[in-house]
Amino acid sequence: MGMVQTAQPVLTHEKALWMYRKMVEIRRFEDAVHDLFAKGKLPGFVHLYAGEEAVAVGVCAHLSEADSITSTHRGHGHCIAKGCDLDGMMAEIYGKATGLCKGKGGSMHIADLTKGMLGANGIVGGGFPLACGAALTAKRKGTNQVAVCFFGDGANNQGTFHEGLNLAAIWKLPVIFVAENNGYAEATPFTYASSCRRIADRAAAYDIPGVVVDGKDVVAVYQAAEEAVRRARSGEGPTLIECITYRNYGHFEGDAQTYKAKEERKRHLEELDAIVRFRSYLLDGGLASGEDLSRLEEEARAAVEQAIQFAEESPFPSPTDLFDDVYVSY
Amino acid sequence: MARSISFSEAINEALTIAMAADENVILMGEDVVGGAQVDHLQDDEAWGGVLGVTKGLVQQFGRDRVLDTPISEAGYIGAAVGAAATGLRPVAELMFNDFIGSCLDQLMNQAAKLRYMFGGKAEVPLTIRTMHGAGFRAAAQHSQSLYALFTHIPGLKVVVPSTPADAKGLLLTSIADNDPVVFFEDKTLYNVKGEVPEGDYRIPLGKADIKRAGRDLTIVAIGKQVHTALAAADTLATQGIDVEVVDPRSLSPLDEDTILASVAKTNRLIVIDEATARCGVAADIAALVADKGFDSLDAPIKRITGPHTPVPFSPVLEDLYLPTPTKVIQTVAELLGDSSIAAAVS
Repeated sequence: MGMVQTAQPVLTHEKALWMYRKMVEIRRFEDAVHDLFAKGKLPGFVHLYAGEEAVAVGVCAHLSEADSITSTHRGHGHCIAKGCDLDGMMAEIYGKATGLCKGKGGSMHIADLTKGMLGANGIVGGGFPLACGAALTAKRKGTNQVAVCFFGDGANNQGTFHEGLNLAAIWKLPVIFVAENNGYAEATPFTYASSCRRIADRAAAYDIPGVVVDGKDVVAVYQAAEEAVRRARSGEGPTLIECITYRNYGHFEGDAQTYKAKEERKRHLEELDAIVRFRSYLLDGGLASGEDLSRLEEEARAAVEQAIQFAEESPFPSPTDLFDDVYVSY
Repeated sequence: MARSISFSEAINEALTIAMAADENVILMGEDVVGGAQVDHLQDDEAWGGVLGVTKGLVQQFGRDRVLDTPISEAGYIGAAVGAAATGLRPVAELMFNDFIGSCLDQLMNQAAKLRYMFGGKAEVPLTIRTMHGAGFRAAAQHSQSLYALFTHIPGLKVVVPSTPADAKGLLLTSIADNDPVVFFEDKTLYNVKGEVPEGDYRIPLGKADIKRAGRDLTIVAIGKQVHTALAAADTLATQGIDVEVVDPRSLSPLDEDTILASVAKTNRLIVIDEATARCGVAADIAALVADKGFDSLDAPIKRITGPHTPVPFSPVLEDLYLPTPTKVIQTVAELLGDSSIAAAVS
């Protein structure tokens, strides 16, 4: 399956390389976490983003550190795309003191406010109001910043989805709601759980634009996000973008994925893979050379290796850390 | 200079001071102004809250900072959390604390936990103002006192003032505080007047106030029940019984030292809380004293609370629901083993 090709290149060489590097970094990171979990090295739950890289990267390509994002329980990809440190992320997933959250949050709560990453969130639909709040801050302070709320198809039936879209619409908040429709909320198909053909259709109820894109075509995501971010920055209010995507792994690690058809998985993993498609797009369009891309792949591999080593060698929190950071003062 | 103003005016004054001092302070909630985008409505005609507590703020600070929200508690309370985490200092009004069912996640899982989950790298300087309390004939879904719910949650602070002066000083402290604070306002106290200092002053959280000093018995009372305790204490004084009334003012943090010191002096404790008893604040304070002050006690700890029922509507029933000075006096008589006390004042 091809990708959007236009007469004018959509991406600059630099942007294209950044995007490719980030996508590969996410994939390597998630594949590594998958293996580490299988080896019993990681405590708790992990939910992997592999397969959905084009969404986080295509959107975050338009953001600076000053812009905010809210994320989901499947948040590693958003963190990496928004610029979180890989060492700190991996250490966090290990529960180490050197983690981005000092080992207090884990996979489901990785955050780095200095990068505008307002946190992965263990509550499905938790991000909608928070993103509205970040956008309210930007609007009130006149900073021209935007907030992006990433959410899965499972969240689009939560009340917070509807309340968040309505609030953002009536206050014309600079928010972009990005649905990552991977077809399944845990083990329940989108088609069963949602009384709408597309999540984007629900935008009409709030009188805001709703756009559907191929979420495994990073250029298509990039273009849809470009317009949504432009609208937000120019005070025109929120946009809902629905990215049709697929998660390569299960809902959580350990999920046997019995609800997915074999042919469906095979097709997504082999024919529709977002990274393979973007690689071809870059080479065919002359935006990057094979050497460029191989170098980026090697860099990503090395960065993930380094992150694992950092996490493995890092100390666990000390017992007194249990009591720290509940309050600023108490 | 202190002058006599109402509880409601004291809160309005605190909001005015806080908003004038820091432009990051915004007020948001359902009808905190009222009549948004109604062309003919002059600002001075707007509601200013369902009970008028925030009246007049819009004239001073405009609708951009006194923000009417849709009836959408999860949406705007959550937005207040997000705004607090990114640089504003919002005061969000949850009109009645009973409505927490619509937005508990925003406080319990988001506001309360962001800082801890993120390893101390987030601050959520948010104040939630919310009405509580029975006695308004508002029935079961507008009359509860749910502060125990919030006190149970690490990461939240909980404030329950009983007087206009405390309300003002505690609200100013709450707004300036860098942690999320749930600030309870008893709707039946709004018209109660009291001496309130002018200008900006702060009452620290976690510092109880001894509303009446006494030797014979300690009553710890929450919110409006401080007044029930004081009324009972006045009557008991005529019988030669000297009651000490302790007002914790904040339930999280809780001033354990003042409570324990009072019981160490009087050797007897009654806790009055109009909320239901199970897993409540009265149980919590009783447990504290049983645990850390057991040697001081000459008698069992008594709790005077609402019954394990919803708050009823009919005035006859609602009056039965609430603690009264008479119930307090009966309990004191029981504690002191002197039935003549209750008989003498009945």
